[in-house]
Amino acid sequence: MNDILLTVKGLKKSYGAVEVLKDISFDLRRGETLSLIGPSGSGKSTCLRCVNYLEKPSGGEIVLEGEHIGRVRTGDGRTRTMTDRELAPQRSEIGMVFQLFYLWPHLTVRDNVALASIKTGRMSKAEAYELAEAMLEKVHLRHKADEYPERLSGGQQQRVAIARALAQRPKLILFDEPTSALDPELVGEVLGVIRELAEEGMSMILVTHEIRFARDVGDRVIFMDGGVIVEEGPAAEVIDHPRKDRTRAFLGQVGHAASTIVRAA
Amino acid sequence: MMLDALPSILTALLAGAVTAAQVAFGAALIAFGLGLALALVNVFTSVAVLRLAIAAYIEWMRNVPALAHLFLLYFGLASVGVRFSPKAAAIIGLGLVGAAVLCDVFSAGMRALHVGQREAALAVGLTPMQALRCVVLPQMLRLTLPSIGNYASQLIKDTSIASAIAAPEIMFYARSLVTSTFQTPLIYASAIALYASIVFPVSWMFNRLERRLGVGR
Repeated sequence: MNDILLTVKGLKKSYGAVEVLKDISFDLRRGETLSLIGPSGSGKSTCLRCVNYLEKPSGGEIVLEGEHIGRVRTGDGRTRTMTDRELAPQRSEIGMVFQLFYLWPHLTVRDNVALASIKTGRMSKAEAYELAEAMLEKVHLRHKADEYPERLSGGQQQRVAIARALAQRPKLILFDEPTSALDPELVGEVLGVIRELAEEGMSMILVTHEIRFARDVGDRVIFMDGGVIVEEGPAAEVIDHPRKDRTRAFLGQVGHAASTIVRAA
Repeated sequence: MMLDALPSILTALLAGAVTAAQVAFGAALIAFGLGLALALVNVFTSVAVLRLAIAAYIEWMRNVPALAHLFLLYFGLASVGVRFSPKAAAIIGLGLVGAAVLCDVFSAGMRALHVGQREAALAVGLTPMQALRCVVLPQMLRLTLPSIGNYASQLIKDTSIASAIAAPEIMFYARSLVTSTFQTPLIYASAIALYASIVFPVSWMFNRLERRLGVGR
């Protein structure tokens, strides 16, 4: 039981009258790769963004190693949402990789990776740069440290973004459709890096449309639709033998219905 | 014969140029500081009344000639007992007008940045203030540098209206020299040359800075 790293319990999110997330609950075990799949608008990205409170939930709780994310106890025993300032230390324990990378274009690759370590005062500048180089090595881009992001391909930019998240020494990393904005021929290099992280035992939640990747690399899969979890379980089981009709229909649409998967003998 | 007067004309005009530079520099400081502060409130506040007040300020400053503001500050306030020197009134007046211009420029610059830039900064654990300093402002300034440059050269030229409240700047000296020496073409030509020799290097400097920072790349 104590290998549970993250608990999401009763998570709700509404924009005005529109309920985007309706009572989402799941656990992430330490070292696990959990994939969130589902059609556009199913709430999976919103769900992911609630974990580090970039999106403020309307209800429910996020607990990382016993610590409530984004909530602080007030004097009268109740709780309130933290400010962005109060959230900073908690967010630094959670890496995030965005669909559109969001590297900072005015900083070199090295500075992109080292900025947080320097500014949060975790280490000296020299140590931060040393760590940055090591993390760039992990994504095989150490030789690009002095370049500016705009000089890199999309795949390389996303790998730098992964290095930036790794430099936080995070307890888990959230991936928000990390390959959706990439040219098809660049998807592989990014997935390759994510696969290496999975093999090293990094805890990750991955919102993705790469169903085959979710199946092959992910430990578990959650299929979401309409703001609820429709089905969850071991990755291969959910994707190869979905129990629910909605899961089957979705997988069929994206070309992964069990019947369409042809395996070489 | 006519050119004999040139040294004394230039000496007087140069004294005016010093005042003009002081007015421009002081006004630029106010415009930049106040403009940035207003823009930050404008972009990040959730209080609608504040945004409305800032919008009203900008409209007011833009729709009334700067000269009218200078008259109000210098003559208007004097009549209720608040006395500024002509130079101080010019600095404050042009500064307040400039703050409206730069507030607009900076607000647009920050809105042009993708919200993900700031989100990424918050996600790695920076505080909102650090995100602003390290990620939002540097990019915003780079993005708005051409507009800031335009504003700067406009401001230097606009110091000439301070002559109307008797701030001893270039046009003030030029006019008084004309009335005492009647060397009209020579004096105004010298004044024009002097303005050009100040504004041109400033524009050139901004252009260079834009190229070095790769603005628009």
